[in-house]
Amino acid sequence: MMTTSSLRLRAGLVSIALLAAFLGIWHLATRSTAPVATMSPEYAKLMGLTATQGKSAMPGPLDVGAKLWQHLKRPFYDNGPNDKGLGIQLAYSIARVGTGYLLAVLVAIPLGFLIGMSPLLSKALDPFIQVLKPISPLAWMPLALYTIKDSSISAIFVIFICSIWPMLLNTVFGVASVRKEWVNVARTLEVGTVRRAFTVILPAAAPTILTGMRISIGIAWLVIVAAEMLVGGTGVGYFVWNEWNNLSITNVIIAILLIGIVGMLLDQILARFTRMVTFPE
Amino acid sequence: MTDKFISIEAIAKRYPGAGGATTTVFENLWLSMARGEFCCVIGHSGCGKTTVLNILAGLDAPSEGAVIVDGQAISGTSLDRAVIFQSHALLPWRTVLGNVAYAVSSKWRNWDRVKVRAHAQTFIDLVGLTGSEHKHPSELSGGMKQRVGIARALSITPKMMLMDEPFSALDALTRGTLQDEVRRICLETGQTAFMITHDVDEAIYLADKIFLMTNGPGAVLAEVVENPLPRDRGRTDLHRHPLYYALRNHIIDFLVTRSKTFAAETPGHDPRNVPLVHIGKPGLSIASNEEQRQTWISGTSPGLTA
Ligand SMILES: Nc1ncnc2c1ncn2[C@@H]1O[C@H](COP(=O)(O)OP(=O)(O)O)[C@@H](O)[C@H]1O
Ligand SMILES: [Mg+2]
Repeated sequence: MMTTSSLRLRAGLVSIALLAAFLGIWHLATRSTAPVATMSPEYAKLMGLTATQGKSAMPGPLDVGAKLWQHLKRPFYDNGPNDKGLGIQLAYSIARVGTGYLLAVLVAIPLGFLIGMSPLLSKALDPFIQVLKPISPLAWMPLALYTIKDSSISAIFVIFICSIWPMLLNTVFGVASVRKEWVNVARTLEVGTVRRAFTVILPAAAPTILTGMRISIGIAWLVIVAAEMLVGGTGVGYFVWNEWNNLSITNVIIAILLIGIVGMLLDQILARFTRMVTFPE
Repeated sequence: MTDKFISIEAIAKRYPGAGGATTTVFENLWLSMARGEFCCVIGHSGCGKTTVLNILAGLDAPSEGAVIVDGQAISGTSLDRAVIFQSHALLPWRTVLGNVAYAVSSKWRNWDRVKVRAHAQTFIDLVGLTGSEHKHPSELSGGMKQRVGIARALSITPKMMLMDEPFSALDALTRGTLQDEVRRICLETGQTAFMITHDVDEAIYLADKIFLMTNGPGAVLAEVVENPLPRDRGRTDLHRHPLYYALRNHIIDFLVTRSKTFAAETPGHDPRNVPLVHIGKPGLSIASNEEQRQTWISGTSPGLTA
């Protein structure tokens, strides 16, 4: 007990030290060092701070921190299509991921149950799943745009299609590999198919299903950034692309940081659900 | 006793074997049990004991033949026939109470929670697990898990209990206690019980009748041995009974030698009329052999105690 808590404390200290070292090196590397060139004021204005004050093109941690503070103070402002608060952009992305993901849950889990419980369906559908699974979700994008004709729904469709496979395969596997003796217990108690599915197969397969759901949410969050870069309009992916076009590297770095944090939170939520349904044997 | 509560009639089990051939685990197997009887099956591994039990339970269907219970041919599983599994098969995500209550609510679907819990609790108390109701199976010892399995089987007040080596995974001490309890409960409730075991002493202590099966494939029910020991036998003084060693040696002889050679040596064996063996009764050759053995054992025992 004591050793684990002291290990955690030491690990925390090392983490903080590493972060401080990283920020320090970053700061030193982007500090103004280059000699200041003498030039006419008009030319200097054109060239920007990089040339006039020896400022690095890469923002330092202090710039990023200051900018982040601005974003955090006003996360939800809306000044038209190309200038929305980061909070709004993240909310768009999370809403798309949430919708596509929930639709995938609604399809993958019941379908996975059916396939897992029927050896015939399982064999018959296997070739389709094997072919569809390795397709990059972004490859569906043109087809989605062409048939759906709405960029926002197309992004949701891409999320749907990329999150369905891990959930479907894990549900099939979890349902098909429920211990036979547990099923036999239900059979000797004359438990009907529906009640058996809910009282034996679902709890037994739940940890495997949740593991698939956790993999899916990770993939969905990876894909949404790329999808939004393609379809544009709103979302954190579009924000990154737009800020790159504005050459605002500071905002790109902030977006990267927030994408990472939101991804971690989504993963942690699913990890918590997984722990809730896991049973020791 | 002609009352056949359970009658297995000419069942066979075949599996598709290698290269299109079929493997016959057993065929033309007949077996009957009276109401309230405790029967044990003994035979070597792989002879098909579990298959017979699964067919009786309705978990498996015979390739041929039928099983008649209480005058009716069975099809599939039934709440009248409870199974105690070798691996206890508790649902690990449910507590002790939850596991027993699952069985209770499966039998009486319209009972409310309170009634289900109270009924389940009675059977948890019966197997001596009072106080552990809210533990999960992973928190229980092997013996306690098997007690839950027994409570779950009894809680649906079945007409018969089917047990597949229920105590084989337990240590000797726990096994003894659970044998006592199963025997007490079966006598009190008048259960008809069918139990597979590897343990000869377990069979002698628990069974009214012992079925001896030959080795597979193509196993047959060779003999039905009637237990000559009195019904009120105790586990500790079992071996003092004059016929104990005769019975034990008869079974062990069968397991060691005759189970392999039985088919070859007994060409006229009629699976429909399996010989009923009464140990110690005149007319059987083993009785006289065993009397000598008996005196020899009583001769040595004072030396052992001194
Ligand atoms: N699904 C199966 N396919 C083929 N053979 C099987 C199958 N299940 C059991 N058997 C065979 O049936 C025989 C009897 O098995 P079992 O009833 O489990 O024996 P026991 O319980 O007496 O040890 C074994 O030889 C086993 O190999
Ligand atoms: Mg077996």
